[in-house]
Amino acid sequence: MDIPYTVEERPDTGLNNAKLGIWLFLASEVMLFGGLFSAYIFLRIGAPEWPGTMAGQTFATSFEVLNVPIGTFNTFVLIASSVTMVMSWASLMMKDFKKYKLYMGLTILLALAFLVVKGFEYGGKFSAGMFPSESTFLAIYFTLTGLHGLHVIGGIVVNAYFWGPGAKMWETDPDRFTNRIEIAGLYWHFVDLVWIFLFPTIYLL
Amino acid sequence: MADSEKDHGHHHEESFIRKYVFSTDHKVIGIQYGITSLLFLLFGFVLMMMMRWQLAYPGEPMPLIGWMFGESTMPDGVMLPEFYNQLGAMHGTIMVFLGIVPLAVGAFGNYVVPLQIGAPDMAFPKLNMASYWVFFLGGVTMLISFWVPGGAAKAGWTSYPPLANIETTGQTMWLIGMIFLITSSLLGAVNFITTIIQLRAPGLTFMRMPFFVWAQLVTSFLLLLAFPPLEAAGVLQLMDRVADTSFFMPTGLVVSGEVMNLSGGGSPLLWQHLFWFLAHPEVYVLILPAMGIVGEIIANNTRKPLWGYKSLVYSVIFLGFMSFIVWAHHMYITGMGTAISTFFQLTTMIISIPSVIILSALFLSLWGGSIRFTTPMLFALGFLPMFGIGGLTGLPLGLAPPDIHLHDTYYVIGHFHYVVAPGTIIAMFAGIYYWYPKATGRKMSDMLGKVHFWGTIITMNGIFMPMFIQGMAGVSRRLYDGGQLYDLAEPVLHWNEFMSISAWLLGLFQLPFIWNFFYSIKKGEKVDDNVWEATTLEWTATTSPPLGHGNFEVLPQVYRGPYEYSVPGAASDFIPQNDPEEHQSVAEEA
Amino acid sequence: MGHSTSIEEVKKHVKTYYMVFGALMVLTVVTVAIAYLHLSIIPALILALFVATIKGSLVACYFMHLISEKNMVYLTLGITMLFFVFMIGIFIFAYYGQEGVYVVP
Repeated sequence: MDIPYTVEERPDTGLNNAKLGIWLFLASEVMLFGGLFSAYIFLRIGAPEWPGTMAGQTFATSFEVLNVPIGTFNTFVLIASSVTMVMSWASLMMKDFKKYKLYMGLTILLALAFLVVKGFEYGGKFSAGMFPSESTFLAIYFTLTGLHGLHVIGGIVVNAYFWGPGAKMWETDPDRFTNRIEIAGLYWHFVDLVWIFLFPTIYLL
Repeated sequence: MADSEKDHGHHHEESFIRKYVFSTDHKVIGIQYGITSLLFLLFGFVLMMMMRWQLAYPGEPMPLIGWMFGESTMPDGVMLPEFYNQLGAMHGTIMVFLGIVPLAVGAFGNYVVPLQIGAPDMAFPKLNMASYWVFFLGGVTMLISFWVPGGAAKAGWTSYPPLANIETTGQTMWLIGMIFLITSSLLGAVNFITTIIQLRAPGLTFMRMPFFVWAQLVTSFLLLLAFPPLEAAGVLQLMDRVADTSFFMPTGLVVSGEVMNLSGGGSPLLWQHLFWFLAHPEVYVLILPAMGIVGEIIANNTRKPLWGYKSLVYSVIFLGFMSFIVWAHHMYITGMGTAISTFFQLTTMIISIPSVIILSALFLSLWGGSIRFTTPMLFALGFLPMFGIGGLTGLPLGLAPPDIHLHDTYYVIGHFHYVVAPGTIIAMFAGIYYWYPKATGRKMSDMLGKVHFWGTIITMNGIFMPMFIQGMAGVSRRLYDGGQLYDLAEPVLHWNEFMSISAWLLGLFQLPFIWNFFYSIKKGEKVDDNVWEATTLEWTATTSPPLGHGNFEVLPQVYRGPYEYSVPGAASDFIPQNDPEEHQSVAEEA
Repeated sequence: MGHSTSIEEVKKHVKTYYMVFGALMVLTVVTVAIAYLHLSIIPALILALFVATIKGSLVACYFMHLISEKNMVYLTLGITMLFFVFMIGIFIFAYYGQEGVYVVP
């Protein structure tokens, strides 16, 4: 017996299973990052100085420690990837599979670009002797951006699957495939949304 | 998901591995969860029985099994303090996260919920399988940690830093294990909520759902929203241990006379906030499914509708909601300040109201019923006063002034064990006896069940009641000699032997259960599909045991509420939820 | 967003997406510009969070289609946001409630 409402919507809730499932998952993600932000606030208001002393130097503001232009560039990259993601879904809605492949490919490339830039940023910090153990500021910076980076990697894996082998479903069950891209998109936009809050709170405040 | 769903339609032979090991059928996964968690409960109980030897006869070599352990844990059979701490920390962790949660949610939730709501399976069968195996990995990680250098975690099930940060490798294993277990619970919670909201049979409105389903729905929301902050905290503590950060390490911390070489600036209190943000809702994760099971069994065996079904439902929702804002009542002696203490005392007093409503409604359901004293009903009835004792002894702990005296004494241990052991575990046994015929088509022996019940309930009280006496005298928890070094413990110390003997007797009284459980699979009395003459869909719309993948021949249609027992004018004393006929029904309006 | 949505409607959506894209880019520049004003911490915090909330809402409402979502999703997210606010709020409250802690202006 088939499981109902995998593709079609249940009349009284107006949702299919996967749509509700992903929103519930995102709700738990809100609480995960909420816990981390709470920890950040708790430590920050208790700190005598911020960002404070690390690797032998004392800093008065976060943007002396972190590289704001690079952070801003990465924000642009991630927002752009969100746009290409939603465009890949819209292409499927307009039954244009070629455009879907193009936009999804772009999304993956932009996500990779984000990680490469982040990698250089981390590398720069490490070579300057700035490790997570140096100060609470760096500990928070590495933990929060690191966990966000893991979410980016997760998104790349999912999107790459739907760009490559998973895209075969377009032939057999296009409605369901479109649903799947919408679900993957919801996750990806959430990763973008987290960064929108991470960037100012860590880099600029 | 796609493949398994296609398989549902047509009948074909599956390999043993696909059918019993990597199954996507919620019934098989439920049984996997059930067996695994029962084994972990037994394991956690063995750890406790070993601790009880040390508490009753401190420093004496352990008979029978003492020789099996090495020099590093029990030289000449005498338990070392370090090993006692490992047993204590792992007893708590295993019982809560590997025993009761997977049994209450993973096993009963998985097996019963889809059947009760008339669904062919969970909404995401493959995700369901993943939840089980991630849980399994978490359990294996916890077990392996006993063999790493320094042994398993020693910093208690609460893993408070700074101690947890400076302890041995076992603590890192504990964190990794916890991250697996949390992930498994999150996947499970997403699956349960989606299943309950999306896959209810036609006609099964929210207010027609069995109380057990409501309990599982609220429980899943608690898991979904309360566990992630602990996952965050786990990641931070893992960073503290692995990358030498100082999230929970204050500046200038001195350990063994030496100042720690760390950047500092962290806060041990932060861990407590994040931990209890989960761990208070967790208490309700442990108790709500138990209440759900007891509700089902009481309605069935009193042959009456549950008294105040709607109040029960609203109380469970309110309880779930409030459980998120009471957490700091675990932290009164941390110097939180009076304003914040007042806030948490207030919310704690408020949350006791829905608990009392639920318990009262369950008691009132007994009034005027012609009660059938079946084995599951005995356990369900045992739950009511035991949970009552557990709940009421919690009130003094929820108020700061008495808590300052009672905090971290055996009184606290007695309180939460009354809620969880003679409370939740008794309800779990009730559930096992009640749904066993559903899963096997056979009943467990009533004779052995009654021996099991009376032996269990009496010895459990023998263990936990004296804890209140010791606690009020001021005996601290987590002392490996049971408090011998303290004069204040002198007058109540003799209770330790009594409690330990009760514990070992409790172990003895589980033997009839274990025998009964395995013997009845093949040799138990064969019974009808609806052996308890129940009204809910899992009994009325499918066979016992249910058909393979898919559960139902045709998806059932629901016409009425869950507990239409003894409806005046009806031909029999129960009307199944999927019975389309008009009766002079008054039960639903009432 | 059901499958009843017609191609014309999707084309309208696409226009919206590009407008949102533009707005997000502009607001990112605004966020950074505010940081270079070197305001003191409280106004800087309020402004930064204000802009971030607008950006976040744009992503949630348009890219994630939250503006036309079903009640069940609103209910779930509503509960989540409530607990999110409780958590952050009580953490701050708990910090300043500690004995011997003073608010540093």
